[in-house]
Formats: sequence, C-alpha cells, structure tokens
Amino acid sequence: MRERGGHRIAVALASVGATLVLWYVLAATGVIPASRFASPKEFWGALQQVNGPGYADAKLWQHVLQSCKLVLEGFAVAVAIGVPLGLAMGGSRRFEAFFNPIFLLLRPIPPLAWIPLAIVWLGLGDAAKVMVIFVAAFVPSVINTYTGVRSIEPYLIEAAQMLGVGRLAFVGEVIVPAALPHIFSGLRLSLQAAWTTLVAGELVGALRGLGQVLNAAAQDIYPAMILVGMVFVGLCGGAMTWMLSVAEKRAMPWRAA
Amino acid sequence: MNRTALTPTETWALPLAGLATLLVAWTAIASSGLVPSQFLPTPLAVAQRFAELTTKPFAGYTIQQHLLSSVGRYLMGFGLAAVIGVPLGLMMGWYRWLDDIVSPLFEAIRFVAPIAWVPFAALWFGTGIGGPTLIIFMGAFPPALINAYRGARFVEPRYIEAAQTLGAGSFRVITQVLLPASVPSIVAGLRISAGLGWQSLVGAELIVASSGIGYLLVKGQSSISTATVMSGMIAIGVVGFAIDAILRRVEAMIHARQGR
Repeated sequence: MRERGGHRIAVALASVGATLVLWYVLAATGVIPASRFASPKEFWGALQQVNGPGYADAKLWQHVLQSCKLVLEGFAVAVAIGVPLGLAMGGSRRFEAFFNPIFLLLRPIPPLAWIPLAIVWLGLGDAAKVMVIFVAAFVPSVINTYTGVRSIEPYLIEAAQMLGVGRLAFVGEVIVPAALPHIFSGLRLSLQAAWTTLVAGELVGALRGLGQVLNAAAQDIYPAMILVGMVFVGLCGGAMTWMLSVAEKRAMPWRAA
Repeated sequence: MNRTALTPTETWALPLAGLATLLVAWTAIASSGLVPSQFLPTPLAVAQRFAELTTKPFAGYTIQQHLLSSVGRYLMGFGLAAVIGVPLGLMMGWYRWLDDIVSPLFEAIRFVAPIAWVPFAALWFGTGIGGPTLIIFMGAFPPALINAYRGARFVEPRYIEAAQTLGAGSFRVITQVLLPASVPSIVAGLRISAGLGWQSLVGAELIVASSGIGYLLVKGQSSISTATVMSGMIAIGVVGFAIDAILRRVEAMIHARQGR
C-alpha cells in the first residue's frame, strides 16, 4: 500500500511536471499564439507586475484581501442566520411548514441571477457583493442544518429528554453536536457557492478584487494576467476549503479515528 | 424537541400563511411609497412586466427567444461535459495509469471557479455560442467525471472477474460491465452537472453574451428596471426547476428498472 502511495505521488509529480514542460515548449515554439495564451515567462512577468507596482489599481495582496474579506463577511452573516433557522425548522414542524414554501420558491433561482438585482439596489460597491454572497451561502446552510436535525436518531432525543435536560443544554449538547456533520457539509457547499458568486459579482463590476483583475486583463487582452487572476482564484478557493476542513476536524474531535 | 404532528388545518394553513406573509410584506413595502417603484415593483407589476416581455422584444428579443438561445448554449455545454466526462471517468476507473496521470491535473483545475474562465472563454471562442459554452462545460464537467469514476471504482469485483474469465477485454469490460453497473452514480452526477451548468450559464451570459436570459437581466439592470430583472429571475428559476424535475424523473425510472 505504501509503495503504491509513493508510486502515485511520483506519477502525479511527473504528470504536472510534463504539463508544465509541454506548456513551455508549445509557447516557445509558437504553437500557442501569444495573443491567445501566456508563456511561463509572461506569466512570471505578470505576477511580478501585479505583486510589485500593481495592476487594476491595486497590488496583488490588496485584491486578494478584498475578495477574501467580502466572502467571509457574506458567509458569516449567512451562517449566523442560516444555521439557527435550519435548527428551528428541523425542531418544529410548524416552523418548517411556514418557511418551507418560501424556500421551495427561492431555491431554483441560482445565486448568480441575484447579481443584477443587487446592483440595481445597492450599486457596484461592497454592499451589493455581500448581499449576493449572503444569498448564495444562505440556502445550503439552512437546508443542510435542517437535514442534519431531522436525521438525528430519535433514541438520542428521547434519552436526553428522559434524563430531564434543560432546553438550552438540549440544543447545545444534543441537537447541535448530532447535526454537526450535516451542518459542516452545508458550510462547505455554502463557502464554494459564496466564492463562485463573488468572482462573478466582481467580474460584472467592481473597483478592486480578483474578479476585477480578471476583468481588467480581459479588456486589455493580457492573457498572462488573466492566468494570474485564475491561479489566485483557485488558490484562495482551495485555501478557504482547507481552513474549513481544519475547523471541521477541530469541532468534531470524536470523529477523528 | 417539540415535533408534535400538525393538525389537518395547520397542514395547509401554515404553508399558505408563509407565502402570504412574503407577498403581503412585499406588496406593502412596494406600495407604501417608501421605496421608488422602479427599485421595488409590486408582485402584480412584475407579473404584468413578465407578460409584456413575452410579446414585446426587450434587448432585441422576446423573453422566449432569449430563453431559447440560452437553452441552446446550455444543451451544448452540458452535452459536451457528459460526452467527454462520463467516458473519461469510466476509463480512469479502469486504467490505473490514466487515473494517476489525469487526477492531479484535474484536481488543480477544479479549484478554479468555472466563472473565472470567462476572460479566456471570450478571448478564445467569442461571445456568441462558443464562449458561454466553454463556461457551462467547465461548470458541468467535474461532477460528470467524478461520479462516472466513482461508479466504475465501486463496481463489485466479482462482476469484473466473471467477465474477464469469460474472455472480455478492457473495452468490453468498460462498456458492458462498468458502464451499466455505474449508471445510477452517473445519473446522480449528471443531475449535479445540470444544476451547476445552468448556474454557470447565467453567470456567463451576465458577462460575455449578446443574447440569452442572462443578457436580459444585465440589460434590465442597466436600464434600472427591477421588474424586468425579476421577470428574468423567475424565468431562470422555472427553467432550472424543470431541468432538475426531468432528470429526477429519469433517475427514478432507472432505479425502478434496476429494481432498487
């Protein structure tokens, strides 16, 4: 098994390495025209440019910070409202019956379709983006929390009630921990949706942020900078997912085998 | 927890009350004059605007024509994702070396949000059909591939062994054992693909297209016509819902045939 793992890593490295070499060769020989895609050298140059003097009115770290900040703001608000609402809908049939039709109505509308509405209402600034991210992240956190509560084994609930647990302790020590795996898979979906939506929102119009880098590079027909923007969209998205999975392990130590 | 069953009255009255609260609150705010009707039209005004859009062209076309060009692009992007993703996934499930080579590249690209392909899509394929199609493809491709791969990997080994004992080569194992055995997983993947593809289409059309339902939204936005934007959102929601309903139907049919 270990041998197999080592073999896999070697092939993976070789595969990525070969792709990079192929990229270099194709760009150097002109098979990929410079107007359509960047060479590794141009990519490095663009990275230096956005990192040092800056591009699209800001330096790289400022763009990254701006994008991450907005995502975390919208995500935090969505989770702070969505998870309690999901708990309430899972806990009370009346609550569920009242809110469910509203969800059924709103759910088929993709979060990206809210972007124009947010711009009409709030303009091109940060507020519109936070609104759209909120919409994107809200629905998965409610639905998965709700599913999590509904899938708790009844005997857990009965045992806790028989032992005369208080209302607050019941929610905090029985319901939430038992629903936590579902809640976290909801948060993961929320975060992905939030990130995609933010990039789209910034592409439609923004003053700063990774989407704006992509936008400016597209208008300047600057393939190397487009590539830099995409790489950082991927890196930030990956980093956020990773942080969430660390938080997940911390929050549920009993699941770590 | 207080999961007491609902009384028969509550069963229909509460959902109705939920919807009514939404509509009444919306109408009240819209007609109170606190918000200009340009920014928040009443539900009735949105319905009227929707009806108007079906007969009077906006941004060049009526709403049906916009939807038609969106659905055309969508079917192309989604179709390509299925036609490439499913066979590739099955092959990766069978050939270890292919899996080892493709997986790291695929994982690296998957982290990039599909919508971030917009600039290259426009640069490479223009804003007509090609550009948006690439973005839809990028959204729909990963689930199609991953589910076909997982389906192929979790086929019971004894089926494969039986086929091999009877002299089936790799090609026949893939097409006659792996493919049929992983159909449920593939269809589940395609349902996710379909949803993500539709969502990517909307994003693509917001930015790079010159027709389509997303384009209608952008035009509504720039002429500050909230009623138009909301009509477009409703149309997008209805079509997205219909796509999911069709695929859910297909999924149920397949499960019924396989006796699960």
